[in-house]
Amino acid sequence: MMQTPDPQLLFDLKVAEEQRIEPKDWMPEPYRRTLIRQISQHAHSEIVGMLPEGNWITRAPSLRRKAVLLAKVQDEAGHGLYLYSAAETLGVSREQMIADLHSGKAKYSSIFNYPTLSWADMGAIGWLVDGAAIMNQVPLCRTSYGPYARAMVRICKEESFHQRQGYEIMMTLAKGSQEQKAMAQDALNRWWWPVLMMFGPKDDESPNTAQSMQWKIKRFSNDELRQKFVDATVPQAEYLDLTIPDPDLKWNEARGHYDFGAINWEEFWEVVKGNGPCNRQRLEARQKAHAEGEWVREAAMAYAKKRVMSYEL
Amino acid sequence: MFDTKTYSSEVNQALCDYLLRLADSSLILGHRLSEWCGHGPILEQDIAMSNLALDLIGQARNWYQLAAQQAGLGQTEDDLAYLRDAPQYRNVLLVEQPNGDFGQTVMRQFLFDAYHYYLLQKLGQSADENIAAIAQKSLKEVTYHLKWSSEWVIRLGDGTEESQRRIQTALNNLWEFTGELSKPDQTDEILHAAGLVPDLRKIQADWQNRVLSVLTEATLQIPTRTWMQKGGKEGIHTEHLGYILAEMQFLQRAYPDCEW
Ligand SMILES: [Fe+2]
Ligand SMILES: [Fe+2]
Repeated sequence: MMQTPDPQLLFDLKVAEEQRIEPKDWMPEPYRRTLIRQISQHAHSEIVGMLPEGNWITRAPSLRRKAVLLAKVQDEAGHGLYLYSAAETLGVSREQMIADLHSGKAKYSSIFNYPTLSWADMGAIGWLVDGAAIMNQVPLCRTSYGPYARAMVRICKEESFHQRQGYEIMMTLAKGSQEQKAMAQDALNRWWWPVLMMFGPKDDESPNTAQSMQWKIKRFSNDELRQKFVDATVPQAEYLDLTIPDPDLKWNEARGHYDFGAINWEEFWEVVKGNGPCNRQRLEARQKAHAEGEWVREAAMAYAKKRVMSYEL
Repeated sequence: MFDTKTYSSEVNQALCDYLLRLADSSLILGHRLSEWCGHGPILEQDIAMSNLALDLIGQARNWYQLAAQQAGLGQTEDDLAYLRDAPQYRNVLLVEQPNGDFGQTVMRQFLFDAYHYYLLQKLGQSADENIAAIAQKSLKEVTYHLKWSSEWVIRLGDGTEESQRRIQTALNNLWEFTGELSKPDQTDEILHAAGLVPDLRKIQADWQNRVLSVLTEATLQIPTRTWMQKGGKEGIHTEHLGYILAEMQFLQRAYPDCEW
């Protein structure tokens, strides 16, 4: 008689051999739960992340900028959609995930709890926030869960366009009038530290990292990614002739990396807990959109039960 | 850059005015739709409304570029969009009306799309090649817009009691802004005589047939009120446009003569 192989062994073997785990495959419950948490949190970040930039679409200073920004924010909605679909393959519904966001049970990236106060923030977000997202997300294209990895491949392509449009806004402002340059510097001052916090707590305070690395969900630690980001970004700031607001920032020849100053972790944890400048308004905006859309969703369902939409021009 | 034709000064002036009407209506409606971004009732429809907005802003840019070149004053698309005040704007009143609920946005879109679709169809045959080319390109997009908005009018009209009440209210509120769409004025007459633009009265008939058929399928009542508002095409707007422009033009006004 053939023996059924131990599913845990099979799973471990697949992960070790860099094969993708697919929705129908057996997987350990904690792996599934970790993925649901991570992917849904990622999806929520895309959706909540539409709000700070959406804030400037109606004030974009030229028609081209308006169109590019709108297309960018729309892409983020698409990313949310791919990611909700990827999470759904793990047996959780989009409604449930959205309910968890609205109840405060599920988190999203804390960066979106900071306000967008000037047009230069559109530049800083694209350059730095999307830039940090790329650092985090490129390794996720090889993550062990198939649907997540494939969603990330599509997303990463668009993220590099987002970063470019942001950097281009910064470049235009940095080369512009005195006021425009000041606007760009002010945006960098306000976004720099929150962006460094996007990579999450320090490695020794990140309890889930080891397990996620073992499952090959994660490939690099928080501190490794943060360092990579700083190393890549400093020359870009120099090129713009803008100053990174960190007096301790300097090249360390021995390490072959930039050293940088201490991050204010107290602020980080307060924002995570809900005390950032915009936590309440971001969540309220999402709750409001959902509540006000309820009659629309009901009507669409009621119509679909009655007949198939088949309107031809 | 367009290869523009030279017209008599009377025709050219009317043409510039007409191109601004097309551009302004597309821009203002696109701007309104973009206000939904991040706040839509369903993620898929949030994306759909951004698509419509992007199409319309793209069309506006084409019309502005042509208008600027036809006027020959060295203006750019952004000069036209950002440095004219409300009395110089030529969009129809319908498109500046607030988003309201999703039903109002859908109804505003549908009433405009039905007009826009037939107008572009005819402009696609304009004797002016530039107009014809932009119209043909835009028509492909607007065909999809009309399908989207027709389907939503039907879905909401024939959906639940609440959705029917809401979309009917939207129709009642917006109806008075539809008269202006196909009411010809001197600009229309001059350009029609020159073979550049269609007879708006023909479009009126097509618009009416389309609107009646969709509203009937949506089980909605056609408003009986016949008094119509007008003025957008001459620059006399509702109170809403001033706020749209205040927001849209803020950076250009606060920091003049900058590159963005
Ligand atoms: Fe994204
Ligand atoms: Fe992005």
